Amino acid sequence: MDWIMTVDHKKIAILYLWAGGLFFGIGGIEALLIRWQLIKPMNDFVDAQTFNELITMHGTTMIFLGVMPIIFALMNAVIPLQIGARDVAFPFLNALGFWTFLFGGLLLNLSWMMGGAPDAGWTSYTPLSGTAYSGTHGVDFYTIGLQIAGLGTLIGGINFLATIITMRAPGMSFMRMPMFAWTTFITSAIILFAFPAITVGLVLLTFDRILGANFFVPGGGGSPVLWQHIFWIFGHPEVYILILPAFGIISEVIPTFARKRLFGYSSMVFATILIAFLGFMVWAHHMFTTGLGPVANALFAVSTMLIAVPTGIKIFNWLFTLWGGSVRFATPNLFASGFIPTFTMGGVTGVMLASAPADFQFHDTYFVVAHFHYVIVGGLVMGLFAGLHYWWPKMFGRMLSETLGKWTFWTFITGFHLTFFVQHFLGLMGMQRRVFTYLPNQHFDLLNLVSTIGAGLMGAGMLLFLANVWITSRKPMDAGGDPWEDGRTLEWSIPSPPPEYNFKQTPLVRGLDAFWKEKMAGNKGMTPAEPIGSIHMPSATPLPFIMSVGIFIAGLGFMFSRDQFVSGFVSFLFNNYIVTALGLLITFGAMLVRSLYDDHGWHIEPEELEGR
Amino acid sequence: MTTTHAESVHSGLPHEPEKATAEGRNKVLAFWLFLGGEAVLFGTLFATFLALRNQTNEGPAANDLFHLPLVAAATFLLLVSSLTSVFAIQAMHRNRPALLRNWLLITVVLGLGFLGLEIYEFSEYVRHEEFGMTTSAFSSAFYTLVGFHGAHVAFGILWISLLIGQLAYKGLTAVTAPKIYVSAMYWHFIDVVWVFIFTVVYLLGKVG
Ligand code: HEM
Ligand SMILES: [Cu+2]
Repeated sequence: MDWIMTVDHKKIAILYLWAGGLFFGIGGIEALLIRWQLIKPMNDFVDAQTFNELITMHGTTMIFLGVMPIIFALMNAVIPLQIGARDVAFPFLNALGFWTFLFGGLLLNLSWMMGGAPDAGWTSYTPLSGTAYSGTHGVDFYTIGLQIAGLGTLIGGINFLATIITMRAPGMSFMRMPMFAWTTFITSAIILFAFPAITVGLVLLTFDRILGANFFVPGGGGSPVLWQHIFWIFGHPEVYILILPAFGIISEVIPTFARKRLFGYSSMVFATILIAFLGFMVWAHHMFTTGLGPVANALFAVSTMLIAVPTGIKIFNWLFTLWGGSVRFATPNLFASGFIPTFTMGGVTGVMLASAPADFQFHDTYFVVAHFHYVIVGGLVMGLFAGLHYWWPKMFGRMLSETLGKWTFWTFITGFHLTFFVQHFLGLMGMQRRVFTYLPNQHFDLLNLVSTIGAGLMGAGMLLFLANVWITSRKPMDAGGDPWEDGRTLEWSIPSPPPEYNFKQTPLVRGLDAFWKEKMAGNKGMTPAEPIGSIHMPSATPLPFIMSVGIFIAGLGFMFSRDQFVSGFVSFLFNNYIVTALGLLITFGAMLVRSLYDDHGWHIEPEELEGR
Repeated sequence: MTTTHAESVHSGLPHEPEKATAEGRNKVLAFWLFLGGEAVLFGTLFATFLALRNQTNEGPAANDLFHLPLVAAATFLLLVSSLTSVFAIQAMHRNRPALLRNWLLITVVLGLGFLGLEIYEFSEYVRHEEFGMTTSAFSSAFYTLVGFHGAHVAFGILWISLLIGQLAYKGLTAVTAPKIYVSAMYWHFIDVVWVFIFTVVYLLGKVG
């Protein structure tokens, strides 16, 4: 109950972490099943339809329900602390964002049990995803589930933007803000401008499928390429939504363990902004083979390659930060240092793919699969591991085991390269992606076997991490406020885990790496910017949860609005949109309650603060 | 920063009550951001419409359908309602709750008038022109873009009506003021979107 009603950003962070972890696990199992199917030629472990469902759900789950929430978990756990705030700007909305994400994700995964999962690939290309080719409700689960989950993401993005703009501690100018706060800020801005596009795309696809509209149906005058434009104008920025937070994490971890300030801080900020901007200009590099014509292809190829410049700046700045530092390879830094070469390799194949003529060869082969896994797994997932190991003591008050952490790292990275490095060659040799099996003796056999073994190793690495979490959770909470001893930013200046109100007194920020600066000046902690006073806290509320349940019911109701059920009464309820209306009523009812009863929250008084 | 508290300002209402508390300021800022997202949303719908506006699939085309006097009347109602919502905010800034309520009521009535005309328009198309959601890509794009806007209007009407109720119940305070201010921002936004719809859908449909 406590967890359902919470509006505390630190608890919401933990909710995001468990929910994201759960979906990541599901997506991981799906990945292993895919790899098991491909372990040998002409395997019949799963049939073609199930294979399509597996790759679709694997990609969709990993991106929208696995890594995004874990990113949000870290943001929620860290951002208010890093900017010296007591909370986020909208605690209520923060909770709402989490619950809509969770219920959207649950809806999507219900598809496995309710007559078939989506099967048109995570990109849901039309007309493949239209009713003509995808007759089950699978794609409806995709459109409506993602719609609901996407709402949560959008809410989260707006919340972080407002939080970072308005709640920074005194003295923390934008150019004194930690890099993770910066990348969160820019990521949130991308979310704000990219997600509404997919919202529209999903609505249009839903209308095509449920209301018989013709947006993407060529026979009715619609255009399948239009879907690709809408999808990728969201989809390409989406990959920056994923990778920029990882850049932020790396930029926090490396200076801490190199005991040096981040090299080229302002160029890092500038590069981040530039990447975000260019990210919106290059979507059609996913569409070279749709026949856009040589001029469009050339423009999008060049603009894509331009992104390598700011990205290169970042890579070199990290290397220069490590250079000459007194580097300590604790687990977070192992992951961060492992990130640099792996991510760079993904970047290099990215530039190769950006060359339009070459892409005609690479397109829809395993080369592409290798490329994006180098970026997403070798980049983002490694970044998330770095961040989780780094901030774990702050979030939970307990250090993860270093020994197990190092084992996790080596198992995971070995498995990763085994899995995906060989896929470059499979792709160059012509093995197609999204095809459920292959013929023997085309030089695909051995490399696929290697790839599957690697996937198993990655799974083992994940299990080691879980074991670490499990063992750690049984230890006493004894992590100090600054457990790595070289913490530079504000979150390390308060106890672990932080008290409900984060900062007893709002700190005064006197420079970049505020806490480090005070330590170097010989101070024990931050100088407060205000006297001890009563602290205002928002109250817990079940309304965000209830609102999300309502949306969930409305989504199911709409999805089955054309179906005939065994029971005539049930059909009546669905076909007349009564279920949909009921769900919306619950949501709007909760909104009404929220607006009628103003909740002024409560206060923590100074005596209580001193009592601790 | 921390005592973001409403009660302290309950007694005397400051000049711009929507910005009197940190909560209020946050709300206004976040709403600007939200409108940025909404702009992308409508931008995508407009792009879709422009891409599909000539794909009539042998069904009716824009030229056969649109009846400009009706649309002009609807436009007039909506534009005036934007003006009345400005008057409402002015009344709020002068701390005159009764006047504020009246202007909000007028805004709602004008909005209802607009919505009524739109529903009439749609039902005419469906009944007499055999122009429904499924007719063509053009019809799908038309109903979705204009209908999305209509849904926004409907939501705005509901929202402002609720705020009128809240005003009666709680009075004009530093808590209610930001909500009213933000709803007025929303209303202007819908209005601006309509100006684009009027141009891109109706005028262009008639002449282009
Ligand atoms: C952890 C180990 C992972 C393994 C072994 C794995 C394996 C695979 C395989 C075999 C495919 C199918 C390729 C095809 O036939 O098209 C695939 C596709 C994909 N994976 Fe992974 N993956 C892993 C992790 C991830 C993660 C963490 C993400 C995202 C955050 C991700 C995102 C995707 C996407 C977007 C696709 C494309 C799906 C499609 O073709 O529609 N994967 N993965
Ligand atoms: Cu891209």
